[in-house]
Amino acid sequence: MSNIYSAIKISDHVYWVGAIDWTIRDFHGYTTPRGSTYNAYLIMADKITLIDTVKAPFKDEMLSRISSVVDPSKIKYIISNHSEMDHSGCLPEVIDMIKPEKVFASAIGVKTLKELFHNEHEIIPVADGERLSLGNMELTFMETRMIHWPDSMFSYLAKDELLFSQDAFGMHLASLERFTDEIPQATLEYEAATYYANIVLPYSAVVLKALDKVSATGWKINIIAPDHGTVWRKDLGKILELYSKWAGQKPTVKAVVVYATMWHSTEKMAGAISEALAGEGIKVRLLSMNETHRSEVVYEVLNAGALIVGSSTLNNNILPQMADVMTYLKGLKPANLIGAAFGSYGWSGESVRHLEEMLKEMKVEIAAPSVSTKHVPDTAVLAKCQELGKTIAASLLKRINDTR
Amino acid sequence: MTKYVCGVCGYVYDPDKGDDDGGIPAGTSFEKLPDDWACPVCGASKDEFSPE
Repeated sequence: MSNIYSAIKISDHVYWVGAIDWTIRDFHGYTTPRGSTYNAYLIMADKITLIDTVKAPFKDEMLSRISSVVDPSKIKYIISNHSEMDHSGCLPEVIDMIKPEKVFASAIGVKTLKELFHNEHEIIPVADGERLSLGNMELTFMETRMIHWPDSMFSYLAKDELLFSQDAFGMHLASLERFTDEIPQATLEYEAATYYANIVLPYSAVVLKALDKVSATGWKINIIAPDHGTVWRKDLGKILELYSKWAGQKPTVKAVVVYATMWHSTEKMAGAISEALAGEGIKVRLLSMNETHRSEVVYEVLNAGALIVGSSTLNNNILPQMADVMTYLKGLKPANLIGAAFGSYGWSGESVRHLEEMLKEMKVEIAAPSVSTKHVPDTAVLAKCQELGKTIAASLLKRINDTR
Repeated sequence: MTKYVCGVCGYVYDPDKGDDDGGIPAGTSFEKLPDDWACPVCGASKDEFSPE
């Protein structure tokens, strides 16, 4: 059978040899409407080196792409920058098949790979700042713990001025184009932001430190090769600037109103709040959890200054769709938000109190009194909702002014 | 007072600074942290920490 898969050259000595997953739509709870890629890279040095591997079912695609450049058994070193299974799933099989001289990972990566695969393969730990000679060129490693797993590290190839950044600067985007400059700008920024919001956001403080750490090395970087999506070879300042902005989490004049409704009462309240916010000059995203995916919500929250949440009371609780998104948001730790809660109920009305408690746990500053109503909101209740919107707007505008 | 390092993510607990997000005031020694205190970066428990 002829080989339908080819490697793509991304620099003088490096080829992309990853796999394209056109059909994946759910990445552990993060929806990926454009699919993804699992990127592996081949360095054609004296010691031919493979950087990361791919998700287990895509092993043959990766090996086919490698074969279009070199016989895979010629690979001497494998580096695992990130142990998560979308980048290591086929590692044990690949080691058995090509029998490389050595396999390297960070110290925590070594432990993690052992915990994942429970096999006897020897993985050699490399330290932060350690260099590895590939003969005619060398790699330098940098630990990037918690971007976004404890084992994560970058590898830098000075010869090609290329940074292998594992999941950082990546995006879930299946494409036959291999470079970001071949993708429409709007798609790129949306997918990079969604990826940041859904994967990297909780570790924003670590991201800021890592950006400083990279710039302190003095490495000349012309190409950033992440583990998902396309390779950055132009305008690198742009993605670094965006990471710095997203990690900074400065509030903007934007409020996200998220709600779930049973009989449209909570929905009417959400509408009144949103209209009032907009009337005060706030950009509003109104999202019903009956229709919206949690990934979309965190994307919208990424650059927001206020988060206002509403739910009907169902069986003394919040609606399950709201519990879903609140759990997801709490884990992703968006920072510097103000907020409030609202909702309708039939007899007991616990939902608003529960939502307010959840906001507090998320360190969202409650900036307006909550509004709850029995059954359908009347004019007086809707006026209270408008008041809530106005109060939040004033508080947000003041905050933004104060941080200028 | 001794600083403690998280064995998972490398975060350093500095008693002189405390942990604002976790509601721990400056001047709290590592030993005085509540048992359910967790690393503010990765969520690891207290027993993952060792003296710097």
